[in-house]
Amino acid sequence: MKQFDEMYATLPERADNTSKGVLRGHYEAYAAWLSQQSESKMLSRREEAELVFRRVGITFAVYGEKDADGAGTERLIPFDLIPRIVPASEWTSLELGLTQRVKALNRFIHDVYHDQDILKAGIVPTEQVLHNEQFRQQMVGVSVPHDVYSHISGIDIVRAAQPDGSGDYYVLEDNLRVPSGVSYMLEDRKMMMRLFPELFRSHRVAPVAHYPDLLLETLRHCSPASSSEPTVVVLTPGMYNSAYFEHAFLAQQMGVELVEGQDLFVKDDFVYMRTTQGPRRVDVIYRRLDDDFLDPLVFRPQSTLGCPGLMQAYKLGHVNICNAMGTGIADDKSIYPYVPKMIEFYLGEKPILNNVPTYMCRNAEDLNYTLAHLGELVVKEVHGAGGYGMLVGPQATKAEIEQFREVLKANPSRYIAQPTLSLSSCPTYVESGIAPRHIDLRPFVLSGQKIQMVAGGLTRVALKEGSLVVNSSQGGGTKDTWILEN
Amino acid sequence: MLSRTADHLYWMARYTERAENTARMLDVNYQTSLLPQSAEVAQVGWQGLLAISELTYPYRELYGDVEPSKVMEFMVKVESNPSSIISCLRAARENARAVRGALTTEVWETQNQTWLEMMQKLSSGEFEHDPGQFFEWVKYRSHLSRGVTVGTMQIDESLRFMRLGTFLERADNTARLVDVKFNAQQNEFFGSTGAAKEQDNDFYHWSAVLRSVSGFEIYRKVYRDVITPERVAELLILRSDMPRSLRACMNEVVSNLEVLANDHSAQTSRRAGKLKSELQYGVISEILANGLHAFLTQFLDRVNDLGAGISRDFLIPS
Repeated sequence: MKQFDEMYATLPERADNTSKGVLRGHYEAYAAWLSQQSESKMLSRREEAELVFRRVGITFAVYGEKDADGAGTERLIPFDLIPRIVPASEWTSLELGLTQRVKALNRFIHDVYHDQDILKAGIVPTEQVLHNEQFRQQMVGVSVPHDVYSHISGIDIVRAAQPDGSGDYYVLEDNLRVPSGVSYMLEDRKMMMRLFPELFRSHRVAPVAHYPDLLLETLRHCSPASSSEPTVVVLTPGMYNSAYFEHAFLAQQMGVELVEGQDLFVKDDFVYMRTTQGPRRVDVIYRRLDDDFLDPLVFRPQSTLGCPGLMQAYKLGHVNICNAMGTGIADDKSIYPYVPKMIEFYLGEKPILNNVPTYMCRNAEDLNYTLAHLGELVVKEVHGAGGYGMLVGPQATKAEIEQFREVLKANPSRYIAQPTLSLSSCPTYVESGIAPRHIDLRPFVLSGQKIQMVAGGLTRVALKEGSLVVNSSQGGGTKDTWILEN
Repeated sequence: MLSRTADHLYWMARYTERAENTARMLDVNYQTSLLPQSAEVAQVGWQGLLAISELTYPYRELYGDVEPSKVMEFMVKVESNPSSIISCLRAARENARAVRGALTTEVWETQNQTWLEMMQKLSSGEFEHDPGQFFEWVKYRSHLSRGVTVGTMQIDESLRFMRLGTFLERADNTARLVDVKFNAQQNEFFGSTGAAKEQDNDFYHWSAVLRSVSGFEIYRKVYRDVITPERVAELLILRSDMPRSLRACMNEVVSNLEVLANDHSAQTSRRAGKLKSELQYGVISEILANGLHAFLTQFLDRVNDLGAGISRDFLIPS
């Protein structure tokens, strides 16, 4: 299979050191700098980074795991010193594509909960939407401010090697519920600037630090019309959630309260938080927990993480919830294949970003193809996330494939299959030195008065050799992402 | 601000202060035990230390006889002991972590760093190797925590709730220390002979007590005279210029409560003010004549009551 490396047009041969590889233009200055750094300096910088991340407490919790001392489950996400560099020209077209895609996705969500034009036009199969677990009946006919549903969208993008050796960008999936990771994007940049200030003098790297500002602007803009000076809060499930650091970080950076469900209550269909000076109205909730937990009166009755009565206040337009309830209908993997058609249907434009060709196992023909080609395909659960419950055909053993075959046959509509993309790689520090590892990119797209984003996003890297799974829960790390002005 | 946030901040400060005071008490006992004195006197010190925190029973359950190294272990690294330094610093850090967004970066990092360093010190045997050094370190981290709080936090409610926690806890801890040290002294000298020896012991006993609250130099400056129990009691209870005295603590509690007042807090403010006035107009000879132990027991009850009132009025009622 062809390989595409972000740094090298031709990778250096590691077996014989005679070949130094051929660099891509936008990495030349960085590579020249790197070649002058001693191993011991880079090692000490790596240690410094780890020390600082630990002191700052930039950790995430792994569910069901314990540390050696059995006490905590707080882990560091490995941070890699070598940045992923993207030339500004490539980013410009990515940004256009992302803007277009998120605009269409928001239109789609509004449509399926109102007139359902796209279903009537036969573009997306009606039963696939209306019988989808992610379709929220409670949202039918509910108006949300400015018709924006997905205020914060994390769009996962990969670059895959083509037969001719070039690399094309593809959207791997859309995350429109509670996408996370943006704090790592910001902290990785801060760390790089701390460790290697000289690199930022010699490279024109687009800044990212204003993300919390854009986020606050977006959230304030989406306040219900009734309040001129809106109170925004971040709603977290609490400090034992895997992304708690990020919740606290964003609340602090925006200067808003970080609340838990127990801090909120609803009275006369308005939402309040309990403060030391009595109740205070809340206008916009940036929620970092799933729909199911938001309101025990409407969703899971046993949930204590949400706030009883929230849905009613929301329906009446007394509070806005970001992202809206029911956005899962648009990022479901069974809906994903239709996004290019949505773009054409709602915007009358040609999609700028590629989708990965997808076999929907609910269709007999696609299922047969998938079963016949399990060894080549990636098979994913329609509702899965975090890299759990998937099969990577080329990397699975025969036994694993056969086992998965039975699971798939038992419940085909739960799965989709895609060709195994040869994800691009980027040089990365590993035990044995520097070696190419597969990466992806998650830009964070904000939809408020307009659609905007900071340049770049979070680059995740699969640290295991050959692995294509970049999720932090599966041992993935992160890299700083540089959008490089010429 | 959120009541829950205020609650976490208040308890973060209380646990940090408690860890410091535990370290102070352990340190004074440890230092005293290095002096040539009878085994019996040392024993009384360690027993008093457990009694002060109402931990005699749980200790005996776990270890049986009172032995210095075991008491230190129990008060430093046993997690089932809610007053041990590890438990206090864990609780402080957990409370900080729950509201890290409400803290400045510096305050949070100080808390987190304290926790990480302590785990390292406890697992590497550094504590057993040199307990005195470890206690110094705990005090130092507490100084740092207080300094970085006052030096970086916005002067708003958050800071007030933290200060409230600090001084209420300190009032409680100083009262307990005075109570146990005066009781120990009475036992120790019951039936003692030889006036010179008594005076020697007196000096070392009271100077150790003063040092445990960083009050030795202040005593000298204030009284310019030999150390007597009455003056030590006066300094630690009634002097407003002694930063760890009951009166100084109550002054802070009252002034912070005044700023925080809300619609429900009048009763709590009134009780705090009353307690403060009693210290302000109190005279040590009267207190001693009526019984120091009774006075301190009552003081502790009232401080406890204030804590409950603060929780009820502002925080999350327990």
